[in-house]
Amino acid sequence: MSVPGSGDALVVDAASAAGRTAEAEALDAARRADGSTGGSAGGGTGRAGADAPSAPRTVWDRTGVRLAAGAVLPLLILLAWQLTTAAELVPAYRLPGPWAVVQAGAELLERGELGLHIAISVQRVLIGFAAGSVVGLAVAAVVGLSRAGDALLNPTLAALRAVPSLAWVPLLILWLQIGEESKITLIAIGAFFPVFTTVAAALRHIDPHLVEAGRCFGLRGWSLFRTIQLPAVVPSVVSGLRLALAQAWLFLVAAELIASSMGLGFILNDSQQTGRVDRILLAIVLLALLGSLTNALLGIAEKKLLRRWT
Amino acid sequence: MMRGMTSTVHVDSAPVARSGLPERHGSSSTPRSGVRLESIARSFPSAQGARDVLRGLDLDLPSGEILAVVGPSGCGKSTLLRLVAGLDSPTEGLIRIGGTSIRGTDPRTAVAFQEPRLLPWRTLEHNVALGLPRGTGRREGRERVRELLQLVGLEHAATQRPREVSGGMAQRASLARALARSPEVLLLDEPFGALDALTRLRMQDLLLEIHAAEPTTVLVVTHDVEEALYLADRVLLLRSLLEDPAADSIARTLEVPGARPRDRADRSLAELRVELLAGLGVHSPQPAQPAQPVQPAQPAQPIQPAQTTTEISS
Repeated sequence: MSVPGSGDALVVDAASAAGRTAEAEALDAARRADGSTGGSAGGGTGRAGADAPSAPRTVWDRTGVRLAAGAVLPLLILLAWQLTTAAELVPAYRLPGPWAVVQAGAELLERGELGLHIAISVQRVLIGFAAGSVVGLAVAAVVGLSRAGDALLNPTLAALRAVPSLAWVPLLILWLQIGEESKITLIAIGAFFPVFTTVAAALRHIDPHLVEAGRCFGLRGWSLFRTIQLPAVVPSVVSGLRLALAQAWLFLVAAELIASSMGLGFILNDSQQTGRVDRILLAIVLLALLGSLTNALLGIAEKKLLRRWT
Repeated sequence: MMRGMTSTVHVDSAPVARSGLPERHGSSSTPRSGVRLESIARSFPSAQGARDVLRGLDLDLPSGEILAVVGPSGCGKSTLLRLVAGLDSPTEGLIRIGGTSIRGTDPRTAVAFQEPRLLPWRTLEHNVALGLPRGTGRREGRERVRELLQLVGLEHAATQRPREVSGGMAQRASLARALARSPEVLLLDEPFGALDALTRLRMQDLLLEIHAAEPTTVLVVTHDVEEALYLADRVLLLRSLLEDPAADSIARTLEVPGARPRDRADRSLAELRVELLAGLGVHSPQPAQPAQPVQPAQPAQPIQPAQTTTEISS
């Protein structure tokens, strides 16, 4: 089975674009959080941050307005799409109308397939994300807190990080067969690196003054980690997790495109073989929605955590 | 009331912690320890080989004394404090607290730094609780923290985060955290240096009140000669070893006359100040008023015979 380059690139690009926006958001959040932590650790200078002039609230800051504004562009695209297809400027086998996409979804839903595809994809993402994040946190602690760990592990991990995700696929399929393990492992690899990189860097850059103060008051080892080092990097952990989640969706599609019999990536690949553009569009829309939804859920958790820990 | 001891009204007598000190601080149940430094040297590696920061430093700090350490920048005064705190270890020599030599940070010492160094995600009370000795019971700890916050006048801000309070309040919380373990030796590294002038004066009085109530041994590093003379029993003047590569670290030790709390406008203190500043390389110009009899040519001349000014270095 061969996957023509064009289709592959299209989907991966769409996913990585979603990844990029999540990445930018997470980095913004990390910057905000870092600013406040660094500031208050500095004591007198910290309050300057609190007093810093914030942009005056405008009508664009209202929640309702923001929600409505966010919907404007999708609705315009939908309208343009509808007009284009209704006027038959593009043949329907190339670009079916929005309603055809909805019908394709309803049809798959009726046959009980759509729920299954979504469920299996979400399950893969969540398991892979959880496994990759936990291992990422553990390795980040070793590399970020010990010079020896840094010297021993960092070069290897940097090299592994440079390996493009798709390069793992043949090896994983040969070793773990075309089952759940190979896909979840690939997703875990994808989730591992953002968590590892952000958290290790954050642990290395904890305000040494705070750590020293902790040592003065008799904190060592685990108690020092629990009391000072871990809380200090909570903002970075959260932003690492958000990046990891975006990566997990990206790697999910990579895994499912190549070898799978279920999942959203399978719909993409299968529909490409059968020329069902409506289902391809359906899968893309679903990926966008699911990615945004999981990102938003993590965003809510992030807000709560940042309020508590910064 | 400790305040009853003084008849002098200070311009800066602050509303800080005047509402009576907690009972506990009136007692002297905590064992007190002096500090002995025996021929301490500390050098740091540099491109030109090891560079001495402290050398041949002998010091006997009796229990309950307040010692101020002053000196030009780079003279190793902060290094000295870090050595006693156990945050650093000397290249040579021994540090004893209450007769036992220290290894690493010691539960009998507590440090307050120039920056408050509070954990930004903890409220002030939980920051203070960080200083409690290991194994303090939950209720006992909460009671002690409440007492300390009252002592430093922060009971109203107990549940605020460090970024929500002023620099002076954060520094008082930092002081309360250091006091939480009832330290036998309190180490203060330019503790009030980053505060505005008025808050600094208030904090100095607060420190003296606390010391009067519970006379721990205090070592305070400062760059403020006025502060040293106001707070300390003795002032240790360190010299920079960069300028004098053969000498020992201690340039001189000055006894500060008069019982605390002192009058900040005291004439004899002004003269000691000139002397200390001269030791720091800041030479005061000849004052215009004839009322000042100090000769700049002989800055080390004691004015009153009662003041003992000892030249330690050889």
